[in-house]
Amino acid sequence: MKNFQLQAKILAQTKIKNSYWRCTLRAAPIARLARPGQFVNIKISAGLTPLLRRPFSIHGISGDKLTLLYEVVGQGTQILAQKKAGESLDIIGPLGNGFELKSARPALIVAGGMGAAPLLFLATKVKTLVLVGAKTKEQLLCVQEFKKSGCRVKISTDDGSAGFKGRVSELLKHNLAGYNTIYACGPKPMLKAVAEVAKKYKLPAQLSLEEHMACGIGACLGCVVKTKDGLRRVCKEGPVFLAEDLIW
Amino acid sequence: MKTKLSVTLGRLKLKNPVIAASGTFGYAEEFKDFLDLKKLGAIVTKTLTLKPRQGNPAPRTCETPAGMLNSIGLENPGLEIFIKSKLPFLKRTGVPIIMSIASEEEPEEFLELVARINLIKEAAAIELNISCPNVRGKDNLISQDAEATYKIIQEVRKITDKVLITKLSPNVTSISAIAKSAAEAGSDALALINTLGGMSIDIENRRPKVAAGIAGLSGPAIRPVAVKMTWEVFNAVKLPIIGMGGIMDTASALEFMIAGATAVGIGTANFIHPGVGAEIAAGLKNYLLKNKISDINKLIGSLEI
Ligand SMILES: Cc1cc2nc3c(=O)[nH]c(=O)nc-3n(C[C@H](O)[C@H](O)[C@H](O)COP(=O)(O)OP(=O)(O)OC[C@H]3O[C@@H](n4cnc5c(N)ncnc54)[C@H](O)[C@@H]3O)c2cc1C
Ligand SMILES: Cc1cc2nc3c(=O)[nH]c(=O)nc-3n(C[C@H](O)[C@H](O)[C@H](O)COP(=O)(O)O)c2cc1C
Repeated sequence: MKNFQLQAKILAQTKIKNSYWRCTLRAAPIARLARPGQFVNIKISAGLTPLLRRPFSIHGISGDKLTLLYEVVGQGTQILAQKKAGESLDIIGPLGNGFELKSARPALIVAGGMGAAPLLFLATKVKTLVLVGAKTKEQLLCVQEFKKSGCRVKISTDDGSAGFKGRVSELLKHNLAGYNTIYACGPKPMLKAVAEVAKKYKLPAQLSLEEHMACGIGACLGCVVKTKDGLRRVCKEGPVFLAEDLIW
Repeated sequence: MKTKLSVTLGRLKLKNPVIAASGTFGYAEEFKDFLDLKKLGAIVTKTLTLKPRQGNPAPRTCETPAGMLNSIGLENPGLEIFIKSKLPFLKRTGVPIIMSIASEEEPEEFLELVARINLIKEAAAIELNISCPNVRGKDNLISQDAEATYKIIQEVRKITDKVLITKLSPNVTSISAIAKSAAEAGSDALALINTLGGMSIDIENRRPKVAAGIAGLSGPAIRPVAVKMTWEVFNAVKLPIIGMGGIMDTASALEFMIAGATAVGIGTANFIHPGVGAEIAAGLKNYLLKNKISDINKLIGSLEI
């Protein structure tokens, strides 16, 4: 797939709650090609701080517009959150493989924390049951958006402040009946737990992983994960991997 | 006005001095959407070893002030798979290919690699990476020892007519001393600098941010060190130098040439602006035009001090 580097104008930048933001960019060539599970790599500021680009999943597409959902966790995302509509960002994309959509149906989606970012885009194509998990009610993301995109939603929180009390991988166990594929994104421990559930119930699972990356285009070999076939690059052969191929 | 941008490294003629540095340009194919590869003076491959290498565990990189640390550990498919699956694309670019190689255990591996590369017509030069800090179990690099440097280059020199480039480490007390050894042993050119040893620590879990612990620092943060070393080596030996370390744009490339580099290597900048090599090649030409300099070779080592 062809990649583009372009100046994307910020059309909207909205704080959702806490440290979570949504940013809409105009990026026609990328928006036209992007598939759920792919990402863009953003040069947040023109100078040396931060130096490297920062990767963000494509959260949604509408015409020539592309939406991101991000959490402020450090210097780069802090600067990103200060950017106003009208400013531009140097972005590269669409990167990575994305989810395989032709998989066996019906499929089920599992979103842990920020993992909701790529999964909302997926949910617009695979309208199904979405399990949304977070540490607390405050950290639940996109519950309304998933519903609006035509999905049913079940919730879990680690502290029980909303929905099922416990891990989203536990909630998954109670909701597997009738599904043939799992799509998941979230923190590594959650993905590992989902992989274990998938293995136990012999279901294929597509997991979207994160790893630190310097280039995002397959050149630096920074973002590797262990698979049965050896090391694979999250930015190129990933970020979506089959659970059965991963070595944790 | 006519401007001459071509330079030579030994017998290797480059149409311009801009070289994509080893390990930062993949095998070039990764960059094809971002620039016209033909605009580059040369492309150096990721360092190759005889056998495939897995490299080090993740995380392998982290950002530091104006730079980055990496410990990839020379992950590469090995020479034979490279020849089958990566070389055909590189050949089609028409750009001179510089084959970077390293030995994992025994220096003799270099000889086997070179013997095989001798048979590859399109390999315009061989770069001996005797300065990679990220090979586990090696706390001393060949390029930290003037005698070892001399010995390996001399042995390689005996068996090849290819242009021989030696890549030097900045992690030494005197880079000039090593450069002299390389020159005496028959190296045709020198590439410097490889990454500077560095560390970065996560204070929450008291672990190194890069899994291997010690890693290699690159990017603008190391530029002044690299410019200084280029100047030192330029004054110590007659060999052409490929200067690198933190080049981000035309201005920083020019610093190296004025300090004595015949060509410049673009490394970390490729990760950030994948098309930067072609931009710098064009920028060098504009600089010559603007300053009415007919030949870029006149710039080399033109520092007034
Ligand atoms: C393919 C991919 C898709 C991503 N999609 C999203 C997304 O849609 N929304 C979102 O908010 N974040 C996403 N991330 C994570 C995001 O890239 C990081 O949060 C961001 O780079 C942090 O930058 P910073 O400068 O603010 O933080 P830094 O100062 O660089 O780091 C702050 C903290 O974030 C962690 N961090 C930094 N980079 C990464 C990374 N690549 N992966 C995991 N942790 C990291 C660091 O370890 C540190 O603890 C994605 C990462 C990848 C690899
Ligand atoms: C991720 C990464 C991988 C590298 N791999 C190699 C390598 O395989 N062989 C080598 O000779 N140098 C390697 N280098 C060093 C660069 O070629 C270059 O010497 C160094 O990074 C300094 O230049 P820069 O600051 O422009 O990046 C690597 C550098 C980076 C950042």
